[in-house]
Amino acid sequence: MSRNPLVREVPPTTWYFRQPRYLRYMSREITSIFVGAYCVLLVVGLQRLSQGQAAWEAFLLALKSADSIVFHVLALAAAVYHAATWFNATQKAMPVQIGEDFVPGNVISGAHYVAWMVLSVAILYLAGVF
Amino acid sequence: MAKSHKPVVWFPFAAGGTVIAFFIPVIVLLTFLAALGHVPAGLSYERMHAFAGNGLGKLIVFGVVALSLWSSAHRLRCTCYDFGLRADTLAATVLYVAAIAGSIASAVFLLRI
Repeated sequence: MSRNPLVREVPPTTWYFRQPRYLRYMSREITSIFVGAYCVLLVVGLQRLSQGQAAWEAFLLALKSADSIVFHVLALAAAVYHAATWFNATQKAMPVQIGEDFVPGNVISGAHYVAWMVLSVAILYLAGVF
Repeated sequence: MAKSHKPVVWFPFAAGGTVIAFFIPVIVLLTFLAALGHVPAGLSYERMHAFAGNGLGKLIVFGVVALSLWSSAHRLRCTCYDFGLRADTLAATVLYVAAIAGSIASAVFLLRI
């Protein structure tokens, strides 16, 4: 009798339906599609800005389409989800040790959240939103 | 000693992930306001041109755009694999070349401003 090596069958395209935690992982993975698409929009915006005032204003006007509004809602949700999960992961990725003790994880993630909020409000203020 | 190209890919990925987390949500919010018809004063041509016109502004914009592009390319490569696309070399080549091309284009546009 020969011993058969253990071969675990993993369906390559549907594996993440097996476990809720795999689904959460994949839901974070797909935020990269929207963030990536938004980066392309940023490059196009830079091109329009370099082409002069008329091109830039046409770019801002083109943002007002219904498709663009739907895309922005999805991109905003994706960007916020990416940011929140990234900051939640910081406490695992870079634990801080002071003397014998580790700084509590919540403090590390919390500090990132505070910095994120301060930075976002500062940018909104500088951009003249309020 | 075996050498790995992974740090070269990883450093801009991690830096880009942090840049995306801190900056992209608020930048999306700004263009979302413009999409809703409330263009923030800071997105006017004069203000944007002045910001991207000085050296520090160019450096900030290039840093945010290039690192975000690289990080997104690396994440999309992983996403392709996780959704069952096993042609990893192809996906990596297409996405990294796109990220590098986008970064070079951004630098060219910024230098023209």
